[in-house]
Amino acid sequence: MTFPLTGDLALGIAVVFGTLFGFLLQRGGVTDYNVIVNQFRLRDFTVVKVMLTAIIIGGLGVLFLIDHGQAKYHIKDANMLGVIIGSALFGIGMVLYGYCPGTALAAIGTGSVHALIGSLGMLAGGIAYALSFDWVLAHILKVWAFGKIRLPDVTGIADPVWFGGLILFAMVIFTLIERAEAKKAG
Amino acid sequence: MQNTANSPDQALSSAFSPLSVPSSPLKPYLVGTGIGVLSWLAFAVVAQPLGITTALSEVSGAVTGLVTGQDFVKANSYWAKTIPAWDYGTLFLIGTLLGGLLGAVTARGFRIEWAPQVWTEHFGASRPKRFAAALLGGFLTMYGARLAGGCTSGNGISGSLQLAVSGWTFMAVMFATGLATALILFRSR
Repeated sequence: MTFPLTGDLALGIAVVFGTLFGFLLQRGGVTDYNVIVNQFRLRDFTVVKVMLTAIIIGGLGVLFLIDHGQAKYHIKDANMLGVIIGSALFGIGMVLYGYCPGTALAAIGTGSVHALIGSLGMLAGGIAYALSFDWVLAHILKVWAFGKIRLPDVTGIADPVWFGGLILFAMVIFTLIERAEAKKAG
Repeated sequence: MQNTANSPDQALSSAFSPLSVPSSPLKPYLVGTGIGVLSWLAFAVVAQPLGITTALSEVSGAVTGLVTGQDFVKANSYWAKTIPAWDYGTLFLIGTLLGGLLGAVTARGFRIEWAPQVWTEHFGASRPKRFAAALLGGFLTMYGARLAGGCTSGNGISGSLQLAVSGWTFMAVMFATGLATALILFRSR
């Protein structure tokens, strides 16, 4: 068998991996509107814990796979004006909605009717983007377009150093959060 | 005898159950690790990093096609590249929804929710009001995610774990505007 898999087998795996992803999101508690909104109100740090852990564990493994020729990078274009405006809109939308696109889909599965209603808004957003794409491409995506760049490329600091720093950062953040939560509970 | 056989199962299910009190403090880290490991598989087995909104754009195109006809969708410069189809991405979306259902049902956490607690505390139990906010919020997250090139999954996790500049920029800006929005929206309490 040669990797990556393609064809029907990959389509079957899509359903399996999607199911695992949705299951993990539900068990992590992030399919709950209150958990996500309370992250942005700094009252619940579940989202930060899940994301930072996923980035570090995922990143170390993917780096290993890439170093051993078992995977390749899939980097998105750093069209910085688009990334900045888009992320800004995303942050506003995520607090209004109480979900991001992935957690919203999983939340629909847990019975959230307002997640389902909001997904119609997401579909409308997708239509609006496609209809405005020519204008966006000409006026936004070409501004500060640096291509598929990574932090090690920009800074000259090697990958292992970045991950070392990230682990240190996470340990400090997680310790502070756990201490504050223990104090609050006790 | 029966108790002994069941106890590891019960211990596991109580560590993962969102209903268990107190819930295991390790749970978010275990789930984060799970998503990290799933990313290894996604990169190595199918070369498809976790992501949602590219495929959701395809669904937007498919829905549009039902109204306008397929020629209109094919003529659109965005959908010409992101062709609506039953492909890896859209099947992953189906899986994500099913996974949420599976997680909820197996933890006895499935529950019809019209308006969540924090929302109701601040804005009342009005369903139309909550639905309007969800619609607007959904619109902004999707349009924003497409403009940024990905959402919390595609940019936030998959991008950041590759140390992509776009991923980390997304994380910083998204958290900044999210914090500001929450401050304004929920200032009353």
